[in-house]
Amino acid sequence: MAAPVQNIISARNVDLTFQTADGPIHALKGVDLAIGKGEFVSFIGPSGCGKTTFLRCIAALETPTGGTLTVNGMSPDEARRARAYGYVFQAAGLYPWRTIGGNIRLPLEIMGYDKAEQADRVARVLELVDLAGFEKKYPWQLSGGMQQRASIARALAFDADILLMDEPFGALDEIVRDHLNEQLLALWARTEKTIGFVTHSIPEAVYLSTKIVVMSPRPGRITDIIESPLPKERPLDIRDTPEFIAVAHRVREGLRAGHQDA
Amino acid sequence: MFKQIPFARPVGMSKIVWSVAAFVAAALIDRSLALLVGVWLVAWHVNSWVAGHESRLARMAAPTLFGLTLLVLWELAVHLFAVPSVILPPPSAIAARMATSGGILWADVVQTVFKGALTGYVMGCGTALLTAIAIDRSTFLQRGLLPVGNFVAALPIVGVAPIMVMWFNFGWESKAAVVVIMVFFPMLVNTVEGLKASEPMQRDLMRTYSASYWQTLFKLRLPAAMPFIFNGLKITTTLALIGAIVAEFFGSPVLGMGFRISTSVGQLALDLVWAEIVVAAVVGSIFYGAVALLEGVLTFWHPSQRE
Amino acid sequence: MRNLGPVLTVVAVILVIWYVAAVGLNAAWARDQAARAGTELGFSELVGQTLSQSRPKLPAPHQVAAEIWQSTWVEETQGRRGLIKSGSLSQRSLVYHAWLTLSATMVGFAIGTGAGVLLAVGIVYNRAMDKSVMPWAIASQTIPILAIAPMIIVVLNSIGISGLLPKAIISAYLSFFPVVVGMVKGLRSPDAMQLDLLRTYSAGPAQAFWKLRLPASMPYFFASLKVGVAASLVGAIVGELPVQQGGLGARLLAGSYYGQTAQIWAALFAAAALAAVLVGIVGAVQKRTLTRMGMAR
Repeated sequence: MAAPVQNIISARNVDLTFQTADGPIHALKGVDLAIGKGEFVSFIGPSGCGKTTFLRCIAALETPTGGTLTVNGMSPDEARRARAYGYVFQAAGLYPWRTIGGNIRLPLEIMGYDKAEQADRVARVLELVDLAGFEKKYPWQLSGGMQQRASIARALAFDADILLMDEPFGALDEIVRDHLNEQLLALWARTEKTIGFVTHSIPEAVYLSTKIVVMSPRPGRITDIIESPLPKERPLDIRDTPEFIAVAHRVREGLRAGHQDA
Repeated sequence: MFKQIPFARPVGMSKIVWSVAAFVAAALIDRSLALLVGVWLVAWHVNSWVAGHESRLARMAAPTLFGLTLLVLWELAVHLFAVPSVILPPPSAIAARMATSGGILWADVVQTVFKGALTGYVMGCGTALLTAIAIDRSTFLQRGLLPVGNFVAALPIVGVAPIMVMWFNFGWESKAAVVVIMVFFPMLVNTVEGLKASEPMQRDLMRTYSASYWQTLFKLRLPAAMPFIFNGLKITTTLALIGAIVAEFFGSPVLGMGFRISTSVGQLALDLVWAEIVVAAVVGSIFYGAVALLEGVLTFWHPSQRE
Repeated sequence: MRNLGPVLTVVAVILVIWYVAAVGLNAAWARDQAARAGTELGFSELVGQTLSQSRPKLPAPHQVAAEIWQSTWVEETQGRRGLIKSGSLSQRSLVYHAWLTLSATMVGFAIGTGAGVLLAVGIVYNRAMDKSVMPWAIASQTIPILAIAPMIIVVLNSIGISGLLPKAIISAYLSFFPVVVGMVKGLRSPDAMQLDLLRTYSAGPAQAFWKLRLPASMPYFFASLKVGVAASLVGAIVGELPVQQGGLGARLLAGSYYGQTAQIWAALFAAAALAAVLVGIVGAVQKRTLTRMGMAR
């Protein structure tokens, strides 16, 4: 594993407190993290640990109440305006009134690409997520796994260097999820994007990531950062190797430790 | 096996027994009554049999048969009991009147529906839609206007008809004005509701694209609001017709469905009144059906349209 | 009541618009009068004139308020035929006419609701009724059935039935159909799993009705009651148009005959107040019932 060339995302002492009717909630406390170019970083932890919140901070969907956070050397909001990242949500969230092609075209229309360029890119990303030929279908005519692949294609369409994914495969069954994990790794290898990936599955985090960020709740914070020793080339059966099991063990220990002192 | 047979038979038998008993009881009172009861019972048993089938034909046949039964009973009852036509004309007389008075009926439809109701409907719904978009960015205005709108929607707004007749004179303009007021608030409330209907996740998605307010409005929120907008458009079709007809009770030129109904009632020309009512029912169904059809085309993607 | 501020603001804006409109709409007549008298009106005189005409095109809010006060409290307490002096409601008082309308509305609403619930039960439990009657009940929502109102009044009048009953019949059929449609939806709202659960207990149809279908239908029931009571009121008012036998509808029509705009507006506000009270009562009962049943949102 080569050392990261430069920091794409860097967080220093990031804090976020929500004011609610039941009093303040400390969603993030003192988060320090650096993500280099081309890394695949997973955020794992129990619900309420702030993993999704931190991803939303990077995307400027939430604003930290303390600390500094930069994306591509800019503030997250500037990065959002510069369309620096693609975001994949827990649900596919495709617009039912648009075809698959139309959904992928949506960000391209908003960002003002011309018609020919739009068609070009739609065809290319559909190929990338293995959905060629489904361009004219409506979302509700596709399976859950295919819909989620289409939403990934939508995030890839405008070629941002960063891909932020919030439990994208959480609602899918295990077999589909395995398949999509494999495809995601292949896609990452081909496009060399920087990926931030939220999950609550240990095998998924270990299988996908170059770096695993273990978080724990109340207040949401990082308890461990694990650099994965696994090679970049990862067939599915790598999950039976001792190295894999060792990393998974360390993640589990980290989660347990975070749970005890919570 | 054995349990089911004694179970099934008494139920089927008792239905017939009850029917025969009802028929005999009616016959003891009056022979005409017996005929009516007989027709009803036979039709109802046929209908039960039809309704037992699960097919498109049966779905259409059952209500049609029921409607026809009522018409036949109506016709028979009027003749058997010699009901004067100033109280209840038979369906045949109404049909005959519709055939001979086609010109009057059509002129009334043009006056009331096309000039009064439709003009008011388009203006009222259009204004409501634009108002909803105009107050979209102000939560303050929405919090103020929505309760007022919900309140006004429950009021007997047809009561403004005499005022509108006074302001805009007897012509169709005053009817259109009543319709505008009647359809405005239900439409406004539905549209505002609809503009809130997009999911937070989908709005977040538009944020990640750094989309502008208008891009989000046209690409996400208006399409997502379509089912609500059409709900408003459908409710208000009936309101528009009611407004246009009832407003004519307060004064109109010598033309229009409401005018015809109120004056013919006065002249005891009930066949013409019924003819106008049939026309109103048909026009109302067509109006509603047309909007529903458009809804099906534009919101084909919504789960309620996909079966 | 965090909406109170915005609502009051909107109401205040409406009042301001109303005053401005009253000045604008009544200005022509005031100028006309002044021209006949050979005088010229200044702005403040014009405003004063427009807001104090006896038959304005648009009476100002305070004129309507005064009319309401006159035709309720003053009429009943000081009028020769008022409640105090004669012991019964004055026929010239808005209270009397509102009461006529309200009583017809309530009788009709009760009949319509009762019959509507019964038919809904029949539709849910009888396949033939469902298939043959339900489509008509739904279609009735799309047609202006209110148009039959004048005929019912006049025909019943001609066979000697007048007063409350004909109006109540119109109120009844206007509230009937919304209740049927809402109640059928409500009685069918329990899903297959809930019905299957009762089947595992070997519960009979009656038990399924009282323990599951009827409670589950309550939110739908109250929603259609609100629609129904508003429709009942409209029905009673329209039913008062063809024959002048009192009621708010008759007041509206009389006002429009004689150009008594303040009277029209007063009747209109009385009708609005009735509607608000009726819908409010249904809403309060709904809230209490649903809260007690643990179904309130």
